[in-house]
Amino acid sequence: MSGPSDYQPSNPALQWIERRLPILGLMHSSFVVYPTPRNLNYWWTFGAILSFMLGMQILTGVILAMHYTPHADLAFKSVELIVRDVNYGWLLRNMHACGASMFFFAVYVHMLRGLYYGSYKEPREVLWILGVIIYLLMMATGFMGYVLPWGQMSFWGATVITNLFSAIPYFGESIVTLLWGGYSVGNPTLNRFFSLHYLLPFLIAGVVVLHVWALHVAGQNNPDGVEPKTEKDTVPFTPHATIKDGFGVACFLLLYAWFIFYMPNYLGDADNYIPANPGVTPPHIVPEWYYLPFYAILRSIPNKLAGVIGMFSAIIVLCFLPWLDAARTRSSKYRPLAKQFFWIFVVVCILLGYLGAQPPEGIYVIAGRVLTVCYFAYFLIVLPLLSRIEKPRPVPNSISEAILAKSGKAVASVAIALVAAGALFLGSLQDARASEGSDKPPGNKWSFSGPFGKFDRGALQRGLKVYKEVCASCHGLSYVAFRNLAEAGGPGYSVAQAAAFASEYKVKDGPNDAGDMFERPGRPADYFPSPFPNEQAARAANGGAAPPDLSLITKARSYGRGFPWFIFDFFTQYQEQGPDYVSAVLQGFDDHVPEGVTIPEGSYYNKYFPGHAIKMPKPLSDGQVTYDDGSPTTVAQYSKDVTTFLMWTAEPHMEARKRLGFQVFVFLILFAGLMYFTKKKVWADSH
Amino acid sequence: MNPDASTIAAGAPIEVDLSPVAEGQDIKVFWRGKPIYISHRTKKQIDEARGVNVASLPDPETDEARVKSGHEQWLVVIGICTHLGCIPIAHEGNYDGFFCPCHGSQYDSSGRIRQGPAPANLPVPPYQFVSDTKIQIG
Repeated sequence: MSGPSDYQPSNPALQWIERRLPILGLMHSSFVVYPTPRNLNYWWTFGAILSFMLGMQILTGVILAMHYTPHADLAFKSVELIVRDVNYGWLLRNMHACGASMFFFAVYVHMLRGLYYGSYKEPREVLWILGVIIYLLMMATGFMGYVLPWGQMSFWGATVITNLFSAIPYFGESIVTLLWGGYSVGNPTLNRFFSLHYLLPFLIAGVVVLHVWALHVAGQNNPDGVEPKTEKDTVPFTPHATIKDGFGVACFLLLYAWFIFYMPNYLGDADNYIPANPGVTPPHIVPEWYYLPFYAILRSIPNKLAGVIGMFSAIIVLCFLPWLDAARTRSSKYRPLAKQFFWIFVVVCILLGYLGAQPPEGIYVIAGRVLTVCYFAYFLIVLPLLSRIEKPRPVPNSISEAILAKSGKAVASVAIALVAAGALFLGSLQDARASEGSDKPPGNKWSFSGPFGKFDRGALQRGLKVYKEVCASCHGLSYVAFRNLAEAGGPGYSVAQAAAFASEYKVKDGPNDAGDMFERPGRPADYFPSPFPNEQAARAANGGAAPPDLSLITKARSYGRGFPWFIFDFFTQYQEQGPDYVSAVLQGFDDHVPEGVTIPEGSYYNKYFPGHAIKMPKPLSDGQVTYDDGSPTTVAQYSKDVTTFLMWTAEPHMEARKRLGFQVFVFLILFAGLMYFTKKKVWADSH
Repeated sequence: MNPDASTIAAGAPIEVDLSPVAEGQDIKVFWRGKPIYISHRTKKQIDEARGVNVASLPDPETDEARVKSGHEQWLVVIGICTHLGCIPIAHEGNYDGFFCPCHGSQYDSSGRIRQGPAPANLPVPPYQFVSDTKIQIG
């Protein structure tokens, strides 16, 4: 992409092609001999990481789309079936869902790197603006992708975000109707979002080509911000940059794999494991973490239209950055004031992200307003002003001079600060869902926790018995089939035992030749029959509160861990909020209602249930279910067993996930190590 | 990309029987995929709605203009917060009306915005009384 190449392939067949379509020469000049500045640091590997992530998202996304059903009644179930039944479907889904977060994480690093080193300055304005366009497309794609699983957060996120457009005067309502394809978010909305979610990544790929083209015309910026002058200032792209990027990608994969295999739900919202319900709004609607700073800006501005304008301006302002910052020195390395303000800006963004996840009340609103002002002030006041008053330090004459003068300043401290800040930011989500009241469920020791966790087979079998004899009279288990009981990583029954278990159930089938529905004994392929034909019947039979389906309950319930626990959770892989909560609710019944709590007629007091008034009467009592293996028949033991069983129903492939995760980690660590030493060897005489 | 014919047809008017709704109760029905709150207001709620100084409201509108005369006890509003489209909860908040859990908007017993980021009152859908105990929405 940098002018005509003098590349001549030696193979005659390739020569024949090259004379007609010089694609090999293009590749050769762009990715082999292309001169790349000698002094690039690891922040520059994020370009390669982003290309890798885009490829990853498209690849996993195309396969997921083969199994997904874009229909309001079927979408949620089809996603669950991908996770449960498709070969390695759980892996594909985790890769795609965590991949979105990793993609945004990498893009934020990439953007901040550009901001710090002045990569948007002349002659790279168009390169920068193309980057902002990619970022906008990514946000649209990410948002529509989040709608597809059709959980509660999907539905309500879609409602809130599409309603942003209703703020536009005169045309707002018609635009929203056009987005919905109906009078509210519904099946037509899901269909068009699926179509666009499939289209936009290819548009992104197209703009990425332009972005790389512009990059290869203007040449890469570098940490010192001086253009390469002689050949001594650059190294050829291959092998130098290729191998360095390879090492960068390998390290990034380690972080990515940590989420995929050990913390797949850390960045997600428990509410999205509840199927979309247009009649119930979740108590806190929180977007994915990567939108939180903008969501905070939206909510800080009390006027609706102004809030929407503020939110979009926060992104659009980036397009004008090359002209807002007129300083001639590119790199903040040589701009003492700009450097400080840059870090203040990073902190402002992280704090805005934190506030975006908090309920919009009291001090959070005021802090949000102050930080919104700070955000815009950085672009509109600080940068234009600095370019006039700041006295930059002298810039080296050339890149080779800068390398010679390179002090051994530790980038590590910055990296650590960034990781800690990132963890705080990511974790703020968990914090946001803190339930009212201080009654946090007590932690338990679960057999399935940790990187090597496995289900306790005995507990699974006992839990199944408790479910069958107690819970099943009101709660369904509709995503679990009898055949699952005989699958690896489950309760460990044989195929024959599972078939025998199934045959004890009566399953409705039909119609037969006479057109009648009939009942027959269950088969292994059948799913657990639900106790009620529909939600209304369940509601009517239970005093107005429908007993939820238990298939996903341990993933659909959570509680706020609060600061600083959510940071430790990332490292300790604690993700058993759901099981802790379920087991606490089962044991949290108390006939003695504490003072100050009023329990309405027909409800019961429960210490751990949000609001304390639960419609379910105390379900378990000592000795209610008999155990054949001599385990204690106490409420505590029942709760533990049934919760273990429900964790398995929520994630039947958890053991496979953790096992494969270990193998992947061993491989990745070896691979990253090899890449590192190869990189050292390649760069040995280039420093 | 506008709504297709079947979606428009499904949005035809619906009739709702009000006789089972006791005073102080409210029901939620769906019309065009939107929740419609039908509240049987108490005397206290009506007095509160009529007692405020209309000019002091963010979106000034009298209670009389929001209900049908002769049926003052019935409030029919689209239960979609005018801020960002969440569903407010009935009988909550400081004004005996609706409270939106998403961003904290509060509406009074006439569905008028009183506090929070929402810019407008809860809209009143087109409806009329077919008989004393039955309305047609749409």
